Amino acid sequence: MSVKKSASFRSVLAMPAVKWALAALLVGFLAILPMLAFDIPGVFPGPTYTPGTLQLLAFSMLIAALALSYHLIFGVAGLLSFGHALYFAIGVYGLGIALRHFGMELLPAIVVVLVAGLIIAAGVGALSLRVTGISFAMVTLAFAQAGSVLVRKNPGQLTGGDEGLALDTTHIPDFLVGVLQTRNLYWLCLVVLIVVFLITSWFQRSRAGHVVIATRENELRIRVLGIRPYFVTLLTFVIGGVLATLVGMAYLLLQSNATEKLVSADFTLTLLVIVVLGGVGYRWGAVIGGVVYTLLDQRLTAFASSDTVGSLPDILRIPLSQPLFILGTLFILVVLFLPGGLAGVGARLSQGKPSSHPPVEMAKEDRMEVPQ
Amino acid sequence: MSTIVLLLITGLGLGALYFLIASGLSLIYGLMGVLNFAHGSFLTLGAYAGWELARRLGADNWGTFIASLVLGAIVGAVFAAATEFFLIRKLYERHIEQVLVTVGLALASVALFDGIWGVDPIYVAGPAWLGGTTEILGASVPNNRFILILAAVLILLAIVAFLKYTRFGLIIRAGVENRSMVTALGIDVRRAFTVVFAIGGAAAGFGGVLSASYYGFVSPAIGGSLLIFAFIVTVIGGLGSLAGAAIASALVAVLQQFANFYLGGTGDFVVVLLLAVVLLVRPRGLLGSAVA
Amino acid sequence: MSEPILSVRSLSAKIAAQQVVENVSFDVAATWVTALLGRNGVGKTSTIKGILGLIERRGEVHFNGTRIDKQRTHRIVQRGIGYVPEDREIFSKLTVSENLRLAERDANPRRELVAELFPDLTARAAQLAGTLSGGQQQMVSLARALLNNNKLLLVDEPTKGLAPIVVSEVAAALAEAASIVPVLLVEQNLQVVRRLATDVIVIAGGRVVHIGNATEFLDDQEMVKNFLGVSTNKTASSSPPAVTP
Repeated sequence: MSVKKSASFRSVLAMPAVKWALAALLVGFLAILPMLAFDIPGVFPGPTYTPGTLQLLAFSMLIAALALSYHLIFGVAGLLSFGHALYFAIGVYGLGIALRHFGMELLPAIVVVLVAGLIIAAGVGALSLRVTGISFAMVTLAFAQAGSVLVRKNPGQLTGGDEGLALDTTHIPDFLVGVLQTRNLYWLCLVVLIVVFLITSWFQRSRAGHVVIATRENELRIRVLGIRPYFVTLLTFVIGGVLATLVGMAYLLLQSNATEKLVSADFTLTLLVIVVLGGVGYRWGAVIGGVVYTLLDQRLTAFASSDTVGSLPDILRIPLSQPLFILGTLFILVVLFLPGGLAGVGARLSQGKPSSHPPVEMAKEDRMEVPQ
Repeated sequence: MSTIVLLLITGLGLGALYFLIASGLSLIYGLMGVLNFAHGSFLTLGAYAGWELARRLGADNWGTFIASLVLGAIVGAVFAAATEFFLIRKLYERHIEQVLVTVGLALASVALFDGIWGVDPIYVAGPAWLGGTTEILGASVPNNRFILILAAVLILLAIVAFLKYTRFGLIIRAGVENRSMVTALGIDVRRAFTVVFAIGGAAAGFGGVLSASYYGFVSPAIGGSLLIFAFIVTVIGGLGSLAGAAIASALVAVLQQFANFYLGGTGDFVVVLLLAVVLLVRPRGLLGSAVA
Repeated sequence: MSEPILSVRSLSAKIAAQQVVENVSFDVAATWVTALLGRNGVGKTSTIKGILGLIERRGEVHFNGTRIDKQRTHRIVQRGIGYVPEDREIFSKLTVSENLRLAERDANPRRELVAELFPDLTARAAQLAGTLSGGQQQMVSLARALLNNNKLLLVDEPTKGLAPIVVSEVAAALAEAASIVPVLLVEQNLQVVRRLATDVIVIAGGRVVHIGNATEFLDDQEMVKNFLGVSTNKTASSSPPAVTP
């Protein structure tokens, strides 16, 4: 009896109209959050109307949006890129440099930086996609490394090197500047997340998206149909890159500072961790992974410096005082024991049966094999 | 002239470090198809092990230095073999998940090193001769470069001899070519996996102690920064090719040194450029097996 | 008939999620040669690989009284199966002697037998196997299986792509082998089948469609035409002269 009822509940949930309605409800809730005194002690630093909490939420939404852009490349196209941080950094540093050193107005600067992201993603993608699998991973890593070196070398005092690059607010509208305006920045980040989510959804449903997914599953079959998968794959790579650039610019506005950490290989690895944690191939997985990871990282950092940890014996204190150790270990456990990540668990629970495949399976291993 | 000699020998010394990492990466990839992101951590742990030993025994004598090298190699080998046995093996033939697990291990282990030894570099000493220089054709070459080059050549020869004259070596060479046929001859190829990881880990741990001597310090990030160049080296040399890794290591490091000196510190860019050129002209690398 | 050395029950196998063998059952006699026949692409090679666990499989396989379908490939082989794969799969970057050394499982490998059967290989011990002719590579592949004291050989298309004169050499070596150890043979050349096989198992569309005596089957032209798509007469005229037993 109850089984039947929940089954029909599930089928209602699966209807597109209901899905959209739920999504709209969620967006609405997130939009009014700054007006509410909603608090989850231990997760948020304070009630939701406080700048600190809004800042954290906005930050986690940007990371979620960035994870979504990486989802396009890794989850949809099955490309193991280790250089995604580069396109994010182009957004952060590009906007920072355009505003500070070229004195550009905000809107033209955004357009110029997006075009720059597009050109660089297209160039690097065109070259990297000449190889597949593991070689592709290493090549994208190498290009990102070049970007990282460039930022640290600080050519012409443009990037500020290790010091970082602070946001020049001369040409930024007042409603986006300062701690008191965090609420507006929060809304801006929410809009960015929604835009990235809609573009990602739209692309996955487009003809090009279908070709890319089919190529990942069986490249040979696509070639037999007379389609050259190279350009469609490149298109996916470029869209992912440009979206990352967009998120990067919002990041600069929110954090008002660019640091070289954002270009590092470790940052790309973090994105990979987020996408896998959330569930490879699930759009919602990337979003949930981004939010959960950011909050977890924040809380673990606070936990690491707490007295509880400080009073522990070394053998417990040292590992627990390193958030990345805990996150890295968690990540390993998810890969080993929880294929499909958080979203996979959710899907399994809601379908009420184990071992369902994610809608987009992990990239086929034959892409990884170097043909003998 | 003296500058050229200095750049050349320093480049070869750095190339030796690249090779000590790249050799293991390349062997592991060749046999198992696994890209090992944790390889830098094998090196870092080896470096710290060597430092811990040296600080207890007194760093300024050759006995300690050699003991550190041996300990670094052992620690690297054990760490690597354990990685294969406990993490990689569970994900047999699932290459992307295998990469992901090594990524997680790299992140977690570097964080743990941060916790144990701190993020700041620890400066290391060694036998007095290592810190000195030798005049060659008018160039004052730091002595540790010679040790690095010598060590890399010895390791190369040792690995080649192992591959050529032992049964495990035979299994590994055959497995690189056709893994499933090796199992169809009644051989448990997974044991060779552990061996390959141990060899790669030993070379990396050994390289860790040497890198501490080359840079003059140990830090948790040391392995990761060398690893990226080792990746580039393995792609340029051809994935799975030991000789390719050796040649590419020397080539990349020497080029890097010269570009850093003559082209205003652009060494890292020139290396990435070289990678791009190799990919355009010869995607399978210098000595990689056909079609990529 | 004595106990079969190998019995296959409801074996199904997949390659990359594609069903290639469906519910195949048959026995292999403990003596001489049983031929596994069928048109190209019906799943003969996949059946062999499924038995060895080289591809994903379901069903039951009993070998020499033990169930082996849950075991890993190297364990199955260690029980006494020699495998001569389609396309030889010798290690081209190893020398001939290294190829053979790698295959030695037993404490006392039968090196004399191999040297006697394939004198050519002894002469070329130091040569890289990749530089051998197709026939010589097939000798290496057969030698690998004969070095150990196996209880069964799985031989997959040993004469494929070989010159007529080499085909008869290989067939002679197989006949010699069959006098020591039972063989399950996949073979397109019906002359070779006629000469070597006592029983045949015929597969079509991934299923077993006929099991019986080899000579009777080959003499039944209609059946041969139906199941294999060739007529014996035509085969006889286009294939090399039969090897004298």
